[in-house]
Amino acid sequence: MASKAPTIRALTRYLLRPPVPLHARCQRRQYSAAAPGARLNGSVEYDTVPILNHTSKSALSNPELPAETRNGQTKRINLYTAVNEALRHALQTDERVLVFGEDIQFGGVFRCTMNLAADFGTERVFNTPLCEQGLVGFAVGAAAEGMRPVAEVQFADYVFPSFDQIHNEVAKYRYRSGSTGVNCGGLVIRMPAGSVGHGALYHTQSPEALFTHTPGLRVVIPRSPTQAKGLLLSAIRCNDPVIFMEPKILYRAAVEQVPVDAYHLPLDKAEVLKTGKDVTIISYGTPLYTCSAAIAAAEKDFGCSVELIDLRTIYPWDRETILNSVKKTGRAIVVHESMMNAGVGAEVAATIQEKAFLKLEAPVKRVAGWATHTGLMFEQFIIPDVTRVYDAIKQTIDY
Amino acid sequence: MSFRYMLRRIWIKKVLGPQSCLNGPGRVAEAPLWQRCRGVASTANAEKVLFPGALNSQFTDKLDFMQPSEQNAIPTFRVMNQLGEIIDKEIGVETENEEALQIYKNMVKLSIMDLLMFEAQRQGRLSFYMVSAGEEGISIGSASALHPSDVAFCQYREAGVYLQRGFKLSDFMNQLFANAKDNGLGRNMPVHYGSKELNIHTISSTLATQIPHAAGAAYALKMQNIQNPDQEKRVAVCYFGEGAASEGDFHGALNIAATRQVPCIFICRNNGYAISTPTSDQYRGDGIASRGAGYGIATLRVDGNDIFAVRRATKEARRLALTHGGQPVLIEMMAYRVGHHSTSDDSFAYRQRVEVEDWKRRDNPITRLRKWLERQSLWDDAAEKELRSKTRKEVLKAFEEAEKEKKPSIRHAFEGVWEELTAEQREHVSEMRDVIRRYPKEYDVEGFEGGMRGLDELVRKKA
Repeated sequence: MASKAPTIRALTRYLLRPPVPLHARCQRRQYSAAAPGARLNGSVEYDTVPILNHTSKSALSNPELPAETRNGQTKRINLYTAVNEALRHALQTDERVLVFGEDIQFGGVFRCTMNLAADFGTERVFNTPLCEQGLVGFAVGAAAEGMRPVAEVQFADYVFPSFDQIHNEVAKYRYRSGSTGVNCGGLVIRMPAGSVGHGALYHTQSPEALFTHTPGLRVVIPRSPTQAKGLLLSAIRCNDPVIFMEPKILYRAAVEQVPVDAYHLPLDKAEVLKTGKDVTIISYGTPLYTCSAAIAAAEKDFGCSVELIDLRTIYPWDRETILNSVKKTGRAIVVHESMMNAGVGAEVAATIQEKAFLKLEAPVKRVAGWATHTGLMFEQFIIPDVTRVYDAIKQTIDY
Repeated sequence: MSFRYMLRRIWIKKVLGPQSCLNGPGRVAEAPLWQRCRGVASTANAEKVLFPGALNSQFTDKLDFMQPSEQNAIPTFRVMNQLGEIIDKEIGVETENEEALQIYKNMVKLSIMDLLMFEAQRQGRLSFYMVSAGEEGISIGSASALHPSDVAFCQYREAGVYLQRGFKLSDFMNQLFANAKDNGLGRNMPVHYGSKELNIHTISSTLATQIPHAAGAAYALKMQNIQNPDQEKRVAVCYFGEGAASEGDFHGALNIAATRQVPCIFICRNNGYAISTPTSDQYRGDGIASRGAGYGIATLRVDGNDIFAVRRATKEARRLALTHGGQPVLIEMMAYRVGHHSTSDDSFAYRQRVEVEDWKRRDNPITRLRKWLERQSLWDDAAEKELRSKTRKEVLKAFEEAEKEKKPSIRHAFEGVWEELTAEQREHVSEMRDVIRRYPKEYDVEGFEGGMRGLDELVRKKA
């Protein structure tokens, strides 16, 4: 970067003390970090968290995998590599698949499209001009004419110029076309979403609730590399358009054993990650890790038993799995990063209240972002943390 | 509806007579062509088309598609060549020696701040930073040619505009650390500066959204210029990159700026890259300047490495923007992005190191101005050495002071969303305060100015 004159760099190093070990891309000041003496906050350990498959055996025991995949091999990869593998498989097996977006040709700002342009050519994997409404609309047209475009929006925070295309075009194409049958199924719009600790107003948002207020869309958020690979392949194969939101902090943080073969995971099923008797926690994406840490502490401290469910498909969502669980436990907590008002938690809580009212032992609790924007220095207070989930478990059980 | 519309049309025609000038300014003695032609149909033997959508267009029997690629590229305006020699000595540089020196010092200051802050990010002391390397001349040169009361909208690589207008090193550092003295109240990512005193709107990470804002702000200034004739007339100026110009907002902005004839200077920094995307993937026309004609906007392409050209172009653009009651101007400033897009980017993943080194050696706004200063005997190695050493110390002093400051009050997490705190927000604050109270070890609130008091004040405050 800039001048490499040794005098300047030497002086800089000397004056900018104390020198922290240099690691170009990972070393970042965390504006919003847990307190030094915290027991709950900051206790997410990606290396040991039970919701990731740390062994090949656990990865292959997943009953949703087809038999031949369960007899196959696994590989330890992170989430962006899993996305890359899914895209690679789709490009290899279906010539209708196209992959495009801003800066994707060199691998993308999160490395999800590494080597795809080189391996499949820039006719199928290409950069678009910097225009979300343009590239999403382009994807709609390509899908309506029989291709299976996977369009990338660089950050979920930047999806809004294409909101008209998504809400008015993508979602309504099939309905509007009536008996002509034309639709834009096969279209997948991928976007990194969620908080990372220093993204402030425009690199933190999780706008999934905005897309769940639109009939005709499927909204999917994977929690792990295995899920990302299987759900993305299903999304590309699906004949409905899919909004695929990837929790960007997990791109590198979430590493697990993933089947080497291609496989598809269902787009209409929530998944019970951990069974329990006393309270059900429903969440998706990054907060599942927060929940998992909170559950570990709460079960130890209160001797309770907590069930954890990954919604996975945010819309349309699997009411049956959630209702069955809540009818069993009698208590429910919904956790998500985006703000509480009119969020996914509101819909889940209302459904539970409608369909399982007589089984409820406590009000459905929502642990979600507060009614504000995610100011840089305040993210740790706004996004649900382990303490808030832990406390929600306590309050719900004690109700 | 159509019936009522027809009635209205008939009534207006009666009142206004044959000239159907519906929304033009009444004071103009002779209406412009587009108004005069509107109501008149073409005669059978006319030489020109009189369709309302294309005025003054000659008929032709040649089937001849316009082929933009066959036309010469728009020229690039220059005052000074790469050796620091002035091309038209009669006009000269239109800059006093003192001012040239001050501009030079600011460009050096910006480049040193960039170098140190980039390094600070690499050391983990800042989360993010963006350098201006190669584009210092555009931001500092253009800002030096504007009036301080002109309203500026920036993208994110215009720290030079802030610096030239008087944003202090401490202001920069307080924002970068998002500390208690940051006027962004700790809410924004680094480099999202803003200043009410300096008439620069706070930066948003979203691209191109500021371009229509500038058009609207310029319309407000146009109205205010009329309403307050005694005050210095003001223009709006908007900066954006060639990548952002691909967004729909660019089109919306320039088109409405033209139809409303607003006093706005649109300054495109064409630095060759939008993160990794080269201009060849961004557009196929002749840069951004070629689009100006499409909107009917006065347009100029300028060598962004030539500070005197940037200044003359901006001064003239300002004069143009204020003539005929206001009109938009587009300037495409050519540059090369020497640095990475940001500290989150490693540009050698998509461009050759030699390409960057070559550009750095070949041309750069700072060295070009230095060559001129040395030719005028205004500058030498000793002065350079002293300036660099002094500036480095100033930057580091401001850096260390800002780093020591407390974090901003937690109340700023909730205030400013609406004008007043809502009942829902107050409930959220209470719930959050309650959690922090019951789990004191989990939160470090003392690092924030006023600690828990920031939240207590919010809860106490009456609706």
